[in-house]
Amino acid sequence: MSRPAPPSAARIALARVRLELRLFARERQLVVFSFAYPVVMMVVFGSVLGGTTTPGGIPFPAYFLAGIAATGIMLTSFQALAASIAVERETGQLERLQLLGAPPVAYFAGKAGQVLVTTAAQLLVLLPVARYGYDVPMPPDLAHWVTFAWVAVLGALAGTVLGIAASALRGSAASVTTGVSAIAIVLQFFSGVFFAFPELPGWMQQAAALFPLKWLTQGMRSVFLPERAAAFEVAGGWEHGRTALVLLAWVLIGLALCSRTFRWRR
Amino acid sequence: MTTTGLQPPPAATDRAALTVRGLRKQYAGRSVLDGVDLEVRAGECFALLGPNGAGKTTAIEVLEGVRSRDAGEVTVLGEDPATAGRAWRARIGVVSQGEAAGPALTVQETLDHFAAYHATPRSTADLLDAVGLADSSGTRVARLSGGQRRRLAVALGVQGRPELVFLDEPTTGMDPVARRQFWQLIRELRAAGTTVLLTTHYLDEAAELADRVGVIAAGRLVEVAPPDELGAALRRQATVRWLDDGAWREVRTEQPAAVLRDLLAEHPHGEVPGLAVTRPGLEDVYLQLVGAGAPEVDA
Repeated sequence: MSRPAPPSAARIALARVRLELRLFARERQLVVFSFAYPVVMMVVFGSVLGGTTTPGGIPFPAYFLAGIAATGIMLTSFQALAASIAVERETGQLERLQLLGAPPVAYFAGKAGQVLVTTAAQLLVLLPVARYGYDVPMPPDLAHWVTFAWVAVLGALAGTVLGIAASALRGSAASVTTGVSAIAIVLQFFSGVFFAFPELPGWMQQAAALFPLKWLTQGMRSVFLPERAAAFEVAGGWEHGRTALVLLAWVLIGLALCSRTFRWRR
Repeated sequence: MTTTGLQPPPAATDRAALTVRGLRKQYAGRSVLDGVDLEVRAGECFALLGPNGAGKTTAIEVLEGVRSRDAGEVTVLGEDPATAGRAWRARIGVVSQGEAAGPALTVQETLDHFAAYHATPRSTADLLDAVGLADSSGTRVARLSGGQRRRLAVALGVQGRPELVFLDEPTTGMDPVARRQFWQLIRELRAAGTTVLLTTHYLDEAAELADRVGVIAAGRLVEVAPPDELGAALRRQATVRWLDDGAWREVRTEQPAAVLRDLLAEHPHGEVPGLAVTRPGLEDVYLQLVGAGAPEVDA
């Protein structure tokens, strides 16, 4: 007997985005952490170091907003996904998708959709705090907002695919979560989130340049810092072209990694 | 022809739903499946019965197409599960032990979500009724009892109107009441013409549900028979026991009457102390089939 063809990957992906957002909204700890962490960090660093300046006489809160926006994107994409997928694998939710014949790409797309929506919401909470709490100027024109958008989207996509790849690390879901947090913390220090990047030791700068967070942070600086700050970057400019290339390269590397390492079962 | 309907339970057809020839699988040099041959007919309820570690789960995972095999021919609904695609997968249903889509969803939301994976899903209301979860449709999965979760798993397993349903140890850990309710669900599936392959380590479950039982031990199928014919050779063996000068004597034989006649002839006037003739129950047969008694089965 003939059956109609199973639903397309696109239709399943759409159902998955709705599901992921609903589940995210119901996981109170994750919601609070995702939205509160960047705001709390902004408040703490803004209050403690609000009066200081970074190279080029840039007020620290503006510099820090760029770093914490980038960190927030990494949190909602890379960290949150690696942890949640490891749990879904451990509890047999992924096994069920495999048995249903769900295309992996539909699953990935669902995660990416959820990441993009939650990242946007997180930034929508963070920016007003910086603007009204710490007088950080917002991007002055459309060109800056466009830069903001592509940097954020590429960063979130790179974080998504790398988070999916990292979820396949060996060990329990708890150990994957711990491992990914450790990676994230080290990257934050290396990538100039907390300290002015140009003042970091050269070897640290070079190590950070291999990973996406440094470029994501630099891209955000180009949005929130005045033009004159560009001269104080290590390369003497914002390097938009290179930023886009490196982030795109990490999206592709992440895709290759997760298509090779992704597994439905432990 | 439709796969579901309310006609009386159709007899198993002659059509094979799945065939397995010489299936072998090793893990790290240890043989888990050691040459399994099996045929399940369309419309049949077949139980793979065996102790933990016998290879039941590995066998069912190979049939579901989620585990590779080292050797053997496997055909499930006309295709090799190792290479079959989504269209094939849509025709099988698996009652999985895994979580559904997240404990924060309600039962209704869970079923509504998974409907998106099927071309012609059964309606959520219909499924809720069928598995007896209509009253819990608004309950979050996290708050369901173990038995209710298994019902949800059944609903999800049959949501896509499968022709063949796999259940791997579906009632392990259930209390006796939940088990009996669960059995009823499986009987209803079977009555609707669905082919059912289940694994279990409970003898009563296999006897209760299955048209035929395959006893698996140490990676080999040691016997396949309807439950009441299981171990027929073993069951023909009666044990005659009596006391002879204060010591127990025991004879195992297929002709207990002949043994008794000899025995009575030796005691023409008195009683034979402690005389008893017993035949093995289903449980004894099963233990012999899967345990040390297995080599005796070649009769």
